[in-house]
Amino acid sequence: MTADDRRVARYAAAAIALSVAEAALPSPLPGIKPGLANIIVLVVLARHGWRDAAWVSLLRVLAGSLAIGQFLAPGFFLALAGAVCSLAVLALAQALPVRWFGPVTASVLAAFAHIGGQILLARAWLVPHDGVFYLLPLFATAALVFGTINGLIAARLLALPQGKATS
Amino acid sequence: MSDSLPDGLRELLRTAAGAGGGPWHRLLRPGDGLLLLVSAALVAVSYPLLWRGGVADRAIVKRDGQLVTELALNVPRRFEVEGAIGTTVIEVQPGRARVLSDPGPRQYCVQQGWLTRANAVAICAPNHVTLQLGGRGGANAGYDSINY
Repeated sequence: MTADDRRVARYAAAAIALSVAEAALPSPLPGIKPGLANIIVLVVLARHGWRDAAWVSLLRVLAGSLAIGQFLAPGFFLALAGAVCSLAVLALAQALPVRWFGPVTASVLAAFAHIGGQILLARAWLVPHDGVFYLLPLFATAALVFGTINGLIAARLLALPQGKATS
Repeated sequence: MSDSLPDGLRELLRTAAGAGGGPWHRLLRPGDGLLLLVSAALVAVSYPLLWRGGVADRAIVKRDGQLVTELALNVPRRFEVEGAIGTTVIEVQPGRARVLSDPGPRQYCVQQGWLTRANAVAICAPNHVTLQLGGRGGANAGYDSINY
């Protein structure tokens, strides 16, 4: 157990708490939710790099689904597909110049990747019909709105003086 | 109580309470604003692009799977098809079509009422007649009344 492990565990705990809290929110359409746990992933990405962010994100999907009783249910695989796609996009977004692109860009791109991964898995597995793409504009709108809000919150957290415990 | 919270969450709560300071727009870098504009435009374009498939523009009438006629959905008219057990009457109005009457015993296709979306279909099985709406996007685009 290294200091790295403890740091990842701490961040993952925060992300899990947010995703469990969020599961209690009503949603007009299954799949549309704020994705508050991604704020934590963005903060970890900026402070500690992609590897830690991937750990936090995947631990969040795993433990979050266990906590709300979704483990190995369709929702779990959709969340996993979304998380894997957004981590891939975040890895690519790391190459963008930091002077021009901040956490909001990372957040919006990750949100789009998230719904992209989910809808492709849903098309391939759950609803094998092109009708699922009918929902894409709604999902994309939600991704843009929540991606922007989460990115702003992450940017604001990152602008805070860093506490001892999280350094 | 707050000591038991994970650090990330405590930070978040502190920010929610207003400890962060500074106006929100300062958190946006130039590229962020550009990306938001481009994304918003793409999302806006995706609505007409992906939802257009539902608009029907013609009624396709078939007997025994063979095309009998295609009626444009812009002029009101009636069309009679001779089927296996009698005459099915199709009624077309701007943007919609229905089976007005059919000799079938259970009248399913008549009771289905007006069809308005592309690929919606009314099947008068006893008389071997079908009425289907076609859209701009081709046979498989958009809406499918059986699957969706």
